[in-house]
Amino acid sequence: MLGKLSWDALPLDQPLPMISSGAVALGILAILAWVVTSGHLPYLWREWITSVDHKRIGVMYTLLAMVMLLRGFSDAILMRLQQSLAFHSQGFLPPEHYDQIFSAHGTIMIFFVAMPFMIGLMNFVVPLQLGVRDVAFPTLNSVGFWLTATGALLVNISLLVGEFSRTGWLPYPPLSELAYSPGVGVDYYLWSLEISGIGTLVSGINLVTTVLKMRTRGMSYLRMPMFCWTTLATNLLIVAAFPILTATLAMLLLDRYLGFHFFTNEAGGNMMMFMNLIWAWGHPEVYILVLPAFGIFSEVISTFSGKPLFGYRSMVLATMAICVLSFMVWLHHFFTMGAGADVNAVFGIATMIIAVPTGVKVFNWLFTLYGGRIRFAPPLLWSIGFMVTFIIGGMTGVLMAVPPADFVLHNSLFLVAHFHNVIIGGVLFGAFAGYTYWFPKAFGFRLHDGLGKAAFWFWLVGFYVAFMPLYVLGLEGMTRRMQHYDVPEWHPWLIVAAGGAGLILCGIVLQIAQLVVSIRQREQLRDLTGDPWNGRSLEWATASPPPAFNFAVEPDVTGEDAYWTMKQRAREQTQPNQPPDYRDIAMPRNSPTGFICAFFATVMGFALIWHIWWMVVAGGLGAFATFVVFAWRDEDEETIPAEEVARIDRRHLAEVSATTHQEAA
Amino acid sequence: MNILDPQGPIGAADKTILIDSVAIMLAIVLPTLLAILAFSFWFRAGNTRAVHLPNWAYSGRIEMVVWSIPTLTVILLGGVAWIGSHQLDPAQPIASAEPPLTIQAVSLDWKWLFLYPNQKIATLNTLTVPVGVPLHFELSSASVMSAFFIPRLGSMIYTMNGMTTRLNLQASNVGTLQGLASHFSGDGFADMHFDVNVVTPAQFEQWARDQAGAAEVLDQNSYQAVDKPSINDAPRTWRLADPNLFQAIVAQKIPPSPGGQSGVKGASPLPGVADAR
Repeated sequence: MLGKLSWDALPLDQPLPMISSGAVALGILAILAWVVTSGHLPYLWREWITSVDHKRIGVMYTLLAMVMLLRGFSDAILMRLQQSLAFHSQGFLPPEHYDQIFSAHGTIMIFFVAMPFMIGLMNFVVPLQLGVRDVAFPTLNSVGFWLTATGALLVNISLLVGEFSRTGWLPYPPLSELAYSPGVGVDYYLWSLEISGIGTLVSGINLVTTVLKMRTRGMSYLRMPMFCWTTLATNLLIVAAFPILTATLAMLLLDRYLGFHFFTNEAGGNMMMFMNLIWAWGHPEVYILVLPAFGIFSEVISTFSGKPLFGYRSMVLATMAICVLSFMVWLHHFFTMGAGADVNAVFGIATMIIAVPTGVKVFNWLFTLYGGRIRFAPPLLWSIGFMVTFIIGGMTGVLMAVPPADFVLHNSLFLVAHFHNVIIGGVLFGAFAGYTYWFPKAFGFRLHDGLGKAAFWFWLVGFYVAFMPLYVLGLEGMTRRMQHYDVPEWHPWLIVAAGGAGLILCGIVLQIAQLVVSIRQREQLRDLTGDPWNGRSLEWATASPPPAFNFAVEPDVTGEDAYWTMKQRAREQTQPNQPPDYRDIAMPRNSPTGFICAFFATVMGFALIWHIWWMVVAGGLGAFATFVVFAWRDEDEETIPAEEVARIDRRHLAEVSATTHQEAA
Repeated sequence: MNILDPQGPIGAADKTILIDSVAIMLAIVLPTLLAILAFSFWFRAGNTRAVHLPNWAYSGRIEMVVWSIPTLTVILLGGVAWIGSHQLDPAQPIASAEPPLTIQAVSLDWKWLFLYPNQKIATLNTLTVPVGVPLHFELSSASVMSAFFIPRLGSMIYTMNGMTTRLNLQASNVGTLQGLASHFSGDGFADMHFDVNVVTPAQFEQWARDQAGAAEVLDQNSYQAVDKPSINDAPRTWRLADPNLFQAIVAQKIPPSPGGQSGVKGASPLPGVADAR
């Protein structure tokens, strides 16, 4: 009846997981109970859960990422504590827990923090920057988000029910095969990523189509803001690379569930094929994460320098070059497999070639700063912090692209330091820059400046204190994923690294405080102009938060930096504006399709993990039926009448002119 | 275990390439770092002495330079990578007047088995090698993937079941080094380290003769006991009775080790899959 599921699945005999997961579960139940009893449920259902508005979905993606960041970071703290204690001792985490923790940390940080953070920002910003009213496929967008949430939920269920994978964030066979990982951990990993991977793929298709087909009048490709270009490149990579991940994990599932032999030791299975396939997805994946961050930095550096982006066309070329090259370097993840000198050298050099367009980007940001009037608001601080940190991470990355250097650094803590250097310094700093930069657009008030700056400095210093020792440890020959060790030279550096994690914790606490304080002081931090940073692209041309239809009248673009040009022209013109020509606007109707689909996907995923076959069928049929009902819908749009549009827009214009006069007086 | 203090020619060459590559890159990275800090300080909003170019967004000359500098750096570094990859290919024998010593290494759950086919010796979690003699390693795994690494001798290499990888190292000083597994392989991974005793060739000969008379014998039968998962095994030595043991493991005449995990939840296999384990 319940497959492999029994009371044994609960960690009743292990106090640490039981207490922590029990507390999290009770916390979630308490929040749900509060939402229901205080009557917020209808509002949440109507305005958020069933929303197909790209802005709302973007906000929900970002929120998911921030919540999961807390989970992933608590794993990080446990790991740093364990390694700082486990010298000549077992520390406080036995191998079977420690192995789950580093596996969950990597999986969560990549798939459920970095990915949803970036997809959230792209979802929120790109239609606004393109001057359009929504994405190409609004309901599909909602489905994509809720499937991602399903994956995150399954990973967290594994905390309480059963166990998570113990094979690292990539399940290298044969360790991940049934013979060596007989538990449900790898199944949790695989089904979470199969389901959320579909979510990511549909989101990628949606955003590619949006950029290619939905631009406002005059928004030609070479007038798009840089963030739209990096969004295009990223989502092209998602569309090309994520099917590889889904197929590779599907092969591993066939091995585990139906006795196939794709990657097993026996019967002709080949683990090297898995490594090639997973990195054929995995290397593009790192550019999927970092390209949107490059776009954010381009926007932020240009805005806060008060200058157009230097070498815009060069930046476009560099972005697309990275997009193509990222598929040609996967083998550098396993130079130590013994492929031979020619193969290693070719892939090493191909990897270095990516450093050229990346270097060009750094120089172009540098020259964007040149001759500017730089305002050191938190988004810019994150960007400068990024430039300095990312160069160091880039350098150690290129170093490891030299095969003989990799032969001694592969799998070491030097490698761990390198990829945290680029993922924290690049992706996460980019996400935080974007979060502080676009927060006023999403909610109509700015985030607290002082707390934002304090959080930045704790993160920056904490990063260096936590990860520079790891470079040293790598040179000291320490390999990654060690639950304990007996080498005295390693111990002091691991204590310092744990201290760095503590500083980062302070940064995170300050970020939470920043959010809470900003919400409480929202009236002082209110922005009525819709353009708090003196921005250059179209998202700043509309109200904050933007109305459901984004723009009352679709803007007309005449050059790069569309909104900046409009502002210049408005200053120069002497004639009063023609009154705008308001028309009826058709907007997509809200739909619970995404949420219901994801509900059934969760049921099916959980049932597959525990071999509850009747429930698999029920979940699968439910998801399919949801899709059929949606496909047979009669009306998918509702009309906002011209008078309503005019009323909303006039109110915004009145607020803007009131603020402007106030400032002038 | 410091890889910057190598004890053999391969490690020394790896280190030279590592240092050279960093030096080449620092030549471009350091000035860029300084420029970032200098530009962001000098062009701060309050500094009225700084030149103000609110519309400056293109310069052909600068574009030329920013594409050329990384390109030239990569061409130089690419040359280093190409030559280095060929000179330091792990499978390439080390040129030496001495004939190489062949050692076969097998990663098991969770320990290292070393076979000296010519000396007819086998050791567990300890390695004894002569100084100044090229060491030719043939490596495989009896269960999951692992990697063989003696940090101060240089390059590491993966071990995989059903396959042989090759690695050539050499020690240049007498002493005791540390080796370890550098690829995660499950619960007992952290204990997969071993001592490497580097001795003089004469001492090695003596040691080999002594051990060849060991009471315990390793062949395909006694290997069954070694094959079982275990953690933190004490070093030990056997007389190697079956010189083809390594080939039997690689050719899977001996089936892969069963593996094992402690505290597994939800571990009942599918009925049809049970025999595949």
